[in-house]
Amino acid sequence: MHSNLFDRYHDKQSFLHHLDPRVKVVLTVAFIVSNVLLTDGAWLAFACAWSLILIANLLSQLGWSFTLRRSFIALPFALAALSSLFEPGGPALSSFMFLGAKFTITYFGLLRFSSILIRSWLSVQAAILLVAVTPFPDLLHALEHLRVPKIITTIIAFLYRYLFVLTDEVLRLMRARQARSAAAPGQRSGGSVMWRANVTGNMVGQLFLRSYERSDRIYNAMLARGYAGQIRTLHAHTLTRRDWWFGALAIALILSLQLIGR
Amino acid sequence: MLISPTPLHIPEVYLSLPVALVCWIITALTLSVAIRRTNQSLGERQIPLMGIMAAFIFAAQMINFPTGVGVSGHLLGGVLAAILLGPWSAMLVMTAVIAVQGLLFQDGGLTSMGANILNMGLLTAAIGYGFYRAALGRGRMTKLIFAGLAAWLSVEAGALATSLELWLSGSARLQVVTIAMLAVHAVIGLGEAAITVAALGFLMRTRPDLVDESSASTQGGRGWIVAGLLVTVATLFLAPFASANPDGLERVALDLGIVPAHPATNLPAPLANYAIPALGNTPISTVVAGAIGLVIVTILIILAGRALRKPQS
Repeated sequence: MHSNLFDRYHDKQSFLHHLDPRVKVVLTVAFIVSNVLLTDGAWLAFACAWSLILIANLLSQLGWSFTLRRSFIALPFALAALSSLFEPGGPALSSFMFLGAKFTITYFGLLRFSSILIRSWLSVQAAILLVAVTPFPDLLHALEHLRVPKIITTIIAFLYRYLFVLTDEVLRLMRARQARSAAAPGQRSGGSVMWRANVTGNMVGQLFLRSYERSDRIYNAMLARGYAGQIRTLHAHTLTRRDWWFGALAIALILSLQLIGR
Repeated sequence: MLISPTPLHIPEVYLSLPVALVCWIITALTLSVAIRRTNQSLGERQIPLMGIMAAFIFAAQMINFPTGVGVSGHLLGGVLAAILLGPWSAMLVMTAVIAVQGLLFQDGGLTSMGANILNMGLLTAAIGYGFYRAALGRGRMTKLIFAGLAAWLSVEAGALATSLELWLSGSARLQVVTIAMLAVHAVIGLGEAAITVAALGFLMRTRPDLVDESSASTQGGRGWIVAGLLVTVATLFLAPFASANPDGLERVALDLGIVPAHPATNLPAPLANYAIPALGNTPISTVVAGAIGLVIVTILIILAGRALRKPQS
């Protein structure tokens, strides 16, 4: 159950899969930045941006609705931006009382809130597609090419590799806790909240010890296999002409989004 | 399935480009210092260790406990990481965790990752280590209390920073988002404090050599106490100011051109008489909030003064 939870890569042989990872990262970031720069209410630009997403979905052979189905993950955070609905400006649309204060939804507020939601929704789909068509180690390698400090990408690489191992540990800890948490029928198990927090803290401490001691063994194993401070890969990424052309075309399309948005 | 421990991961687009860039710059500068410092202290051994520790923090965030009120308590881990690993390593570790959450799980955006790292990684590590450093040379109980306080404050500081960033981007109204965030995270912070204290206590009992003076004192000087104190003071002062007296802060920001002005309107300001409901009208809530902040800061200054004296060994 656990091992494919963290693997967001879908293995296919599509055009996007074969594209150089650097190009994919740059295009994703460019698309997202373009969304950030679009103004409120640029509906035509939003629609065109969404069509670009749909085209990218098709190019990846993952189905046109692939990112759509996974795109509502960022929705809960919309609660934080809810207050922008009440931004003063423009005609008032509706009012209500809450906790003894009067709240008025305004036209500009609604415009702003809906624009934020739509642009965020578009951007998250680009990010979803990026990790679906790029294996994670390749993604990190691309980040290294793009001048992200090597120490950070290497730490992330280790995080990724050992995430599976440590998540197994966590599942074991939680299963053990469950196995020891008997309850009389009809009653909830466990003591007070503080006691439960204490147990959780002990589990975290236990996990730390296991991880810390494991890191010792891992480091020694790496030394025994010739680790000299650098992780080397066999897969050197080279930019082909196809990468350059597609990248240029995509950047041009993204720039045109900005023009449409004016 | 993987729910983030605190609703602090800002997604794409919620931050405007200037705000996101400023946060990125702060994060990049701080991380470059962190990289240099960890290079000096740990050398080549650092990367596997910090990688595993990053996986540990990530996995530890998945352990939860039911609080009985419908939500579960989680660990964010910034303070714990800072106490166990030292401040600079903790910053790198939290950066890796937040980066993977953003890249792989879209828990937090790519453009807003600088802000997310700042809020959840850098501020938490600074507060955590600052407080813990102030408790060095004291008894075990003092250390645990300081750790718990730091954990709670770190969550509040992250929440306040998130609220300010959202407001400066024009994505939220200052007073509403600040009060909501601070209130929700005051409760979440209790869970963080409880788990941090329990974990630290466990480690003090079983492996005191890992949390003793020698490992912590090699990582940072007394300047961290000042850093932790500064972040704490900023949090405690800005929070009541922002939530009880937004007009003052907004007026300053408008004058300085930081916040985009909105088209003038002759509608009545919707939140004119909004106040902390339990405290009645605004002047009183401002005064009370300010007084609470002042008392806490005074206590902190006294404690810091004691800590900055050489502890008797």
